[in-house]
Amino acid sequence: MVLVLFCITLICSAAVGLVYQATKGPIDAAKAAKVTQAIALVLPEFTNDPGTEKQVIDVDGGQVTVYTAKKGDTVVGYAVETFTNNGFGGLIKLMAGFLPDGTICKVETLQHSETPGLGDKIDRSKSDFSVQFEGKNPGTYRLAVKKDGGDVDAITASTISSRAYVDALTRAYKTVQSLTNSADHE
Amino acid sequence: MSKLQILTKGLIKENPTFVLMLGMCPTLGTTTSAINGLGMGVATMFVLVMSNIVISLIKNLIPGKVRIPAFIVVIASFVTVVQLVMEAYLQSLYATLGVFIPLIVVNCIILGRAEAFASKNGVFDSALDGLGIGLGFTCSLTLLGAIREMLGSGSIFGTKFITGDGILIFVLAPGAFIALGYLLVLFNKLTAKLK
Repeated sequence: MVLVLFCITLICSAAVGLVYQATKGPIDAAKAAKVTQAIALVLPEFTNDPGTEKQVIDVDGGQVTVYTAKKGDTVVGYAVETFTNNGFGGLIKLMAGFLPDGTICKVETLQHSETPGLGDKIDRSKSDFSVQFEGKNPGTYRLAVKKDGGDVDAITASTISSRAYVDALTRAYKTVQSLTNSADHE
Repeated sequence: MSKLQILTKGLIKENPTFVLMLGMCPTLGTTTSAINGLGMGVATMFVLVMSNIVISLIKNLIPGKVRIPAFIVVIASFVTVVQLVMEAYLQSLYATLGVFIPLIVVNCIILGRAEAFASKNGVFDSALDGLGIGLGFTCSLTLLGAIREMLGSGSIFGTKFITGDGILIFVLAPGAFIALGYLLVLFNKLTAKLK
């Protein structure tokens, strides 16, 4: 009885191991392609592979990843994979593109579980909410919804989602600021 | 039972969703669109066919007392294979189905077929049974997904036919129960006529 069960588990784990080996390459390639694609959406044209020039920073109990995009040797911008846990449906992940001076280039929603028809308007394909941030520099543009005294037009009936979005953006901006400032001092 | 009967019984007479009422968790959870329902159905069908084949092959080697753990190990291995392959080649589907892929392991249809059919019948019959039940499951999931997508998002297989949103409740959790309930009514009415 023990022997049979042992043999079955042995064969099964060997088979799963083989498939894992065979699919490891394609899985990594697919993940890398997804990241590069998201970066290309939020930044101006670049020539390097930002997937290899990333810094992972721990903030507020989560991880923010900063990808540096370069054209030749000049930095054209930073793509920041940022998050917030304050969404109406919990976690929201954004990819935010910043120009070297801190101006927001474009923002793309990577993952969210907001209510369809209301909070999901944070997604570019659903509404123009995310477009209002383009070309704004958070140094002068107050990143907060109008209800909270900021400059951001919240989505009607989805203030919680809008606040969460702004929270994730603020986190991305602060991370980029701290990175570029420390780079200046070096 | 003839071979053809084994294959087709899963579609109507023993349809896993509408008659056996098994696997309700992925049925309600993943059918927010036709393509999700189809993906979930095909993944389940693959696991069902493969695990039925393997289990009917080794049924005489497994002692009765440990058959359930042995079945689960076989099923779990195939589910892991599906998960890895899907992650490698179908990233977007993998992202939407998410946790429901590993949960195929505990889908009662699969263990149910292993216990009730594959452990008592030959390899070929078991494969046919898996294929038939899998097809039935895929069809009902795709149908439910298509109806919810049409009513909820105004699109079919991702192609929009109205502007703006549909009746949003149908892509949310309560809509799954409502749509499934009405489908069951319809299904029972149609099959009652057949009898």
